[in-house]
Amino acid sequence: MAYAFVILPFFALILANLLPRRARAPVAFGLTFALFLAQAAAALVLLVSRAGGLAEAGAVAPSGSPGAGLEALLGFHLRLDLWSLVAILSAGVVGVGVLPVAWSTMRDEGRRLTFASLLLINLMGIDGVALVTDLFSLYVFIEIVSISTYVLIAMGGEAQAIEGGFKYLVLSGVATVLLLAGIALLTLTEGDLSFASLARAAGTGGGLGRLGVILFAAGLLTKGGFVPFHWWVPDAYTGAPTAVSALMAGIATKASGTFGIVRVVLALSQGGGAIREALIGVGILSIVVGAFAGLAQRDAKRMLAYSSVSQVGYIVAGLAAGNLLGLLGAALHFFSHAVCTSQLFGNVASLERATGSSGLDRSGGLGKGMPITAGTSVLASLSIAGLPPLSGFWSKLLVVIALWQTGHQGYAVTAVVASLLTLAYFIGWHRRTFWANADPAVRPAVEGGAAFLLPAIALSVVNVGIGLGSPFIIGLFVR
Amino acid sequence: MALTVIVLSVMVAAALWSVVTLTMLRAAIGLALVSVLLAVALFTLGATLAAVFELSIGAGLIPVLFVSVVSLTRRQQQEEHPLVRRIHLRRFWPLPILLLAAGIALTFVHLPIAVAPALPEGGPRAIFWASRRLDLFGQVLIVIAGALGIVVLFKEGPK
Repeated sequence: MAYAFVILPFFALILANLLPRRARAPVAFGLTFALFLAQAAAALVLLVSRAGGLAEAGAVAPSGSPGAGLEALLGFHLRLDLWSLVAILSAGVVGVGVLPVAWSTMRDEGRRLTFASLLLINLMGIDGVALVTDLFSLYVFIEIVSISTYVLIAMGGEAQAIEGGFKYLVLSGVATVLLLAGIALLTLTEGDLSFASLARAAGTGGGLGRLGVILFAAGLLTKGGFVPFHWWVPDAYTGAPTAVSALMAGIATKASGTFGIVRVVLALSQGGGAIREALIGVGILSIVVGAFAGLAQRDAKRMLAYSSVSQVGYIVAGLAAGNLLGLLGAALHFFSHAVCTSQLFGNVASLERATGSSGLDRSGGLGKGMPITAGTSVLASLSIAGLPPLSGFWSKLLVVIALWQTGHQGYAVTAVVASLLTLAYFIGWHRRTFWANADPAVRPAVEGGAAFLLPAIALSVVNVGIGLGSPFIIGLFVR
Repeated sequence: MALTVIVLSVMVAAALWSVVTLTMLRAAIGLALVSVLLAVALFTLGATLAAVFELSIGAGLIPVLFVSVVSLTRRQQQEEHPLVRRIHLRRFWPLPILLLAAGIALTFVHLPIAVAPALPEGGPRAIFWASRRLDLFGQVLIVIAGALGIVVLFKEGPK
C-alpha cells in the first residue's frame, strides 16, 4: 500500500500528459482529484485499523534493504507508520478541498494542466517525505516538494507572485545548504543516514555530531517557516494564486518542514534532550510571534500566513514535549490545522472573486450576500483559535496539557494566551469583512458558486466531526 | 590532493565573484560554476553520490530557475553608475581576507572526527541502482518539476 501513494501519481502524471490536447486538463484534474480522494480514504481506513499502535510511532525503523515482492521489484523501502498516515490523510483532504477552487479560479486550459501536473509531483513529494526511511531520501523528497511549490507560486506570472516565489527559492536554497551540511556531518560522524543516526549523534556524536543535528533541524525549520526563519512565508502565501496558498499552508510547507521536524523529534526521543528543549522553545516563539504579527495585518492572506506560522509552533512544541498526549495533540493539530487553514484560503479565494481583493479594508457587510462563506469561515477560525467543541480545541488542549505535565508550565500558559490573540485577529477579520456595514456604493457580493462552497462545507463537516468525535478518537489511540 | 586544492581555490574565487558582481545574471552563472566545481571536488574525494546530485540539481536545475526568474525582471539602471560599483566593491573587500584567514586557520585545527564506516562500495551505477533507487526516482521528479517551471515562466513572461 505504501508504494501506491508514490507510484500511482506518477502514472497519472504520464497518462494525463499523453492524452489528446483537448482532454488533458480535465482528465489531469479528474485523476488528481480521484487520487487525493482515494488517498484520504485509504489513509483513514489504515489509521483507524492501526490506531492502537500510536506509541510505536516513536520507534525509528532502520533503513534496511528492500525485501520481497513489489519491494524487491521497485528496489526501495518505504515505511508506513501512524505519523505517515496523518500526513497522507492531511494531504488527501487538503487536495480534495483545493482542487475545485483551483479549477474555478484558472480559466486557461494550459495553466490547468500545468497546475495539475505540478500538484501530482507535489503529492509524490509529500507522500515520499511521509514514507521514506532515511535522511538523504527525506532531503530528496523535501526538494521535490520545494521545487514544485516554487513553480506553483510563480506560475501566476504577476510581479508579486514572482517575488514571492523568488524569496521562497532563495530561502529554500539556504535551507538546502543547511540540510546537506547536516547530512554530511552526520555521515562523517555516524557513518549512516538512518533516522537513528540523529539520536546517536545527539547523544554520543560529540560536537560535530550535535552540530550536524542542529544544522539539519535548522534547515527543516527554515523550510517549515518557523520563527526566526519565517519571513518568506507571508510574501510567498500572498503572492501565490490563492489555491496554491491553500495547498502550501495546508500541507506543502508542513510536509517539507514540519514533518521533517516530526521525524527529528521522534528520533531524538531516545536522546538529545537539550535539542528537544530548544525545539520546544522554537515552537513557543513561533506561536507568540505569529500571533502578534497576525494582529497587525491588513490583508487576509498575510494574516492567515502568520496564523500558520503560529499554529505550526503548537505541533512542534507538543511533539517535543515528549509524552503520549503531546504526540497525539501534535498529530491532531497537524490534521486540524491543515483542514481549517486550507478551507480559510479557499474562502479568501471566494472573497477575492466577489470583491476583487483580499484586503481587510476593501470589504464589509459580505455576510448577507455570502452567508455560507461567512459561516464556514467562522467555524474554521474558531477551530484554529482553539474554541470547543471544534477540532482545534482538542488538539490545543492536548498540547497544553502535555507541556504542563512535562514541567513547561510557563510555555503552556503562553500557548493559551497566544490562542486568545489568535481569536482576537480572527474576530477582527470577520467583523470587518462579513458583519460591518457595507459601502452602499459597492455592488452587493454573492457566493462564488459550488466550486467554492462544496469544499468549504465538506471541510467544515470534517472540522466539526473531528471536534465532536475527538473523545472517541482520542480513546482509540490511548488505551 | 593538488587537483582538489586547485578546484577548491577556483570554487572560492567563483563564489566571491558571485557575491561581488552587480549583475544578477552573472551572480547566477557564478553560482552554477561554484556547484560544478563543488561536484568535481566531491568526485575527486570519492563522494560520488553527493557529486551526481550536486551536478544535476545544484549546477543544473537551480541556476536555470534563477536565470529564468532574473530574465523576467528589469535591470536597475543606477547599478551601472561607477560610484555605485565602487561603493559596492568597498563593502566586500574584507571577504577574501576573511576566507583566506579561515582557510589557513583550519589547516592548523585538528577536527575531532570519529572514523565512521564507509558508505556502500561500488561505482555510481552500483550506488544508485542498488541502494539509492528511490532517490533516483526522486531526482527524475525534481527535473520534471524544474522543466515545467521553466516552460511556465518563459512562456508566460512577467505581467
